Amino acid sequence: MLQPTPFDVAIIGGGVVGCAVARHLTLAGAKVVLLEKATDILSGASKGNSAILHTGFDAPPGSLELACMQEGYQEYIDIRTRLRLPILETGAVVVAWNDDEAGRLDQIEQTARNNGISDVRRLDRNELQAREPHLSAQALGGLLVPREHLIDPWSAPLAYMLQALANGAEIRRSTELLSGQFDGRDWRLATSTGELAATTVVNCAGLYGDIVDERLTGQTHFTIKPRKGQFVVFDKAAARLLGTIILPVPSERTKGIVLTPTIFGNLLVGPTAEEQDERDRAGVDTATLESLKQKAEAILPALAGMPVTAIYAGLRPATERKEYRVRHDVEQHLITIGGIRSTGLTAALGLARHVGRLWASSNAHTPLADPVWPEAPMLAEHEERDWTRPGYGEIICHCEMVTRRELEAALDGPLPAGDIGGLKRRTRAGMGRCQGFNCSARLASLTEGRFPVPLAVGHCHD
Amino acid sequence: MTEPTMTEPANPLSVDVAVIGGGPAGLSAAIELKRRGIGQVVVFDRDVEAGGVPRHCGHPPFGLREFGRLLTGPAYARRLVRHALQAGVEIRLNHAVVALHPEGHLELATPDGRIAVRAKRVLLATGIRETPRSARLVTGTRPVGVINTGALQAYVHLQGMIPFRRPVIVGTELVSLSAIATCLTHGMRPVAMVEARSRPTARWPLALLPHLVGIPVHYRTEIAAIDGDGRVESVILQKQDGERTTLACDGVLFTGGFVPEASLVRLSHLTLDAHSGGPRIDQFGRCSDSLYYAAGNLLRAVETAGWSFREGRRIAGYIADDLQGSLAKAERLIPIVPGRDIKLAVPQQIALPGLLAGARTIELRVEEASTGHLDVSSNGRTLLRKPLSALPERRILLDLKALGLLDDATEIRVEMRP
Repeated sequence: MLQPTPFDVAIIGGGVVGCAVARHLTLAGAKVVLLEKATDILSGASKGNSAILHTGFDAPPGSLELACMQEGYQEYIDIRTRLRLPILETGAVVVAWNDDEAGRLDQIEQTARNNGISDVRRLDRNELQAREPHLSAQALGGLLVPREHLIDPWSAPLAYMLQALANGAEIRRSTELLSGQFDGRDWRLATSTGELAATTVVNCAGLYGDIVDERLTGQTHFTIKPRKGQFVVFDKAAARLLGTIILPVPSERTKGIVLTPTIFGNLLVGPTAEEQDERDRAGVDTATLESLKQKAEAILPALAGMPVTAIYAGLRPATERKEYRVRHDVEQHLITIGGIRSTGLTAALGLARHVGRLWASSNAHTPLADPVWPEAPMLAEHEERDWTRPGYGEIICHCEMVTRRELEAALDGPLPAGDIGGLKRRTRAGMGRCQGFNCSARLASLTEGRFPVPLAVGHCHD
Repeated sequence: MTEPTMTEPANPLSVDVAVIGGGPAGLSAAIELKRRGIGQVVVFDRDVEAGGVPRHCGHPPFGLREFGRLLTGPAYARRLVRHALQAGVEIRLNHAVVALHPEGHLELATPDGRIAVRAKRVLLATGIRETPRSARLVTGTRPVGVINTGALQAYVHLQGMIPFRRPVIVGTELVSLSAIATCLTHGMRPVAMVEARSRPTARWPLALLPHLVGIPVHYRTEIAAIDGDGRVESVILQKQDGERTTLACDGVLFTGGFVPEASLVRLSHLTLDAHSGGPRIDQFGRCSDSLYYAAGNLLRAVETAGWSFREGRRIAGYIADDLQGSLAKAERLIPIVPGRDIKLAVPQQIALPGLLAGARTIELRVEEASTGHLDVSSNGRTLLRKPLSALPERRILLDLKALGLLDDATEIRVEMRP
């Protein structure tokens, strides 16, 4: 059997980290393949988060996490215009709701300054009310972190992967890594869709990071402990009530429950932090959702009576330790990026640079001189959406103003939506207040024959 | 990188009346406005065809009072559109109003770019939708196959497709029974019907339908959880006493729980009524900005197409009066305050002068089944007290004239008392 030339790098996992690594190594000159076991990218931890671009003001000082967040933040700012990625510059306030929390703001401010975030500023009660007049009068004051911003958590990684693909990378979806053998020079990877060879493997398998580790090395260097976060999304009318990300004074275990505008023009409350064993099922429950609503209304009393648009839950790939679990086995040509929790969206580009440095230390390479810069879908509410430009055909999803042109584009090109979740993330169709009351049937028709779990199970005459 | 072609709205299109929404209320209003001699009446509908919700209700009875014959929903919608066009109404399809502004200024999205409209008067008739699973905060995973009746009917009647074969139906409203009929005539067999209340919401004898076709109905029961990874695989039903059972199915149909499609109002300068979920209006259908009127199910969930048709026509009459100078400006408003057990009141306020010149009735609904006396008072004086046994989702009509409201009233209070 003819042995094909091995890939320089095989990346396991198409979450935000895998996509960012694929982009970075491709631009660095590597021949890259990305394997994703699901039918589309962003199907695991990356599909549900709070979409904040973090400064790292509260990250552990001196940590790799902090370094990657800050490097990732800066690169996002540097590349976002060329990839047409949005940013909503909101700033965040860590709000103290009692004297104990107020007392801890000093420490948080100090950590922020130690982390190089020198523009943080204390807000007293009046300054806070002036900035956010709808905020509950119970708020005692807070710490303003001006450069905490919002981004599109799905278009960004999609853009990273699209740029990798446009510059020569390959992606294999519905492809699960089964095992790997390292022969001293290359890896031979057995997958659910066949074998392939790669010189270096980068494990970005997120919620399955430890399992992939075991399949490659026969041992696990960390254990994934999935941590579920439930969210409630309020109607777009709610977004007028808040301009700043409202953060709680964090606990040791979690950043706590955030009330934030979204780049899509909604208001979001979440996440909870619930340990569970299951890695790919993230259910919601009525009691928790109710408590999130109440929490949001306590922070922003004017939210009372505001309709809920959507509910969702995400899983963070936490491990038995708080820090990122990054390991480079130089002998084995294996880089493991594990335990990337809620900060992964921000840190992804930084982690990719980190991987790039590790990889370049033992691999000769020539960065692409003139890479292609494809554009991501623009879904941010404050930017010019597709419907503002003529020739869109018709608007299919009226709640989110999604055009037929956008839907057709998302079903076409080098990385078409692989399932309904992927289509929603690429377009927002069906994600609005009616949740498909108006557009679900049209979507079923437009996507007929494309998805493994179709929206329609058959035709009327069946 | 290509720069997006920006299309700033050019000169606004000036019309006499802009009707937003081409369903029964909007179209009948437009027809009436033309009949009253109003010049340019334009209906803007965001969909590819006009007619509204009846377009995908493939069953009678529609049109008995309007057209004197029994029609299916789609036939009724087509007839409405035809009558409107014959009356000289301009219907602009694929025209989505995206913002309402003072002075009758509207922003619209069209496939040819954005446009601005300046209307002397605006009629909001954007109708309703059902409450989706998300807003019901239902426990479970989020698989494919969880939809509303509106979507089901669009699958079947507009796309010729079916979204599941063995759904569980949640709710027992009229629309829930229509969903059963849609299922049974298109190869879907509901496995159960679930109702949190102790009795069906729809009227007898229609509520007998599931029994007649052999679909088990579980009262005092809710969906405790939805399960399934890709598609729905099962639901857990929970009775009020806590008993739980798992039921295999491939879909969940959340029916009813209608809410006004009031997003435009919510995002605008107009006042929203928290009780009805629609815009706050007076007895002439006038909103808090008197250039704006509203009619149809946007005012309250939910009435029949026939009711919406008549309401649209009536309010169109006041708009015509207004444009022709015979509708008095509101000098004073008497709010109608819903009290105990009362879910909503429409209109929400009475404008003076013109106490008896507009709607003849105040429409009320109760939150839950309520038995006792309906008590209407004004400034501490009882205007009406009558025994009432009321069920949710059923209209209660108060004759405004019979209340004998005094000109110096500052509020009208409506509540249920034992």
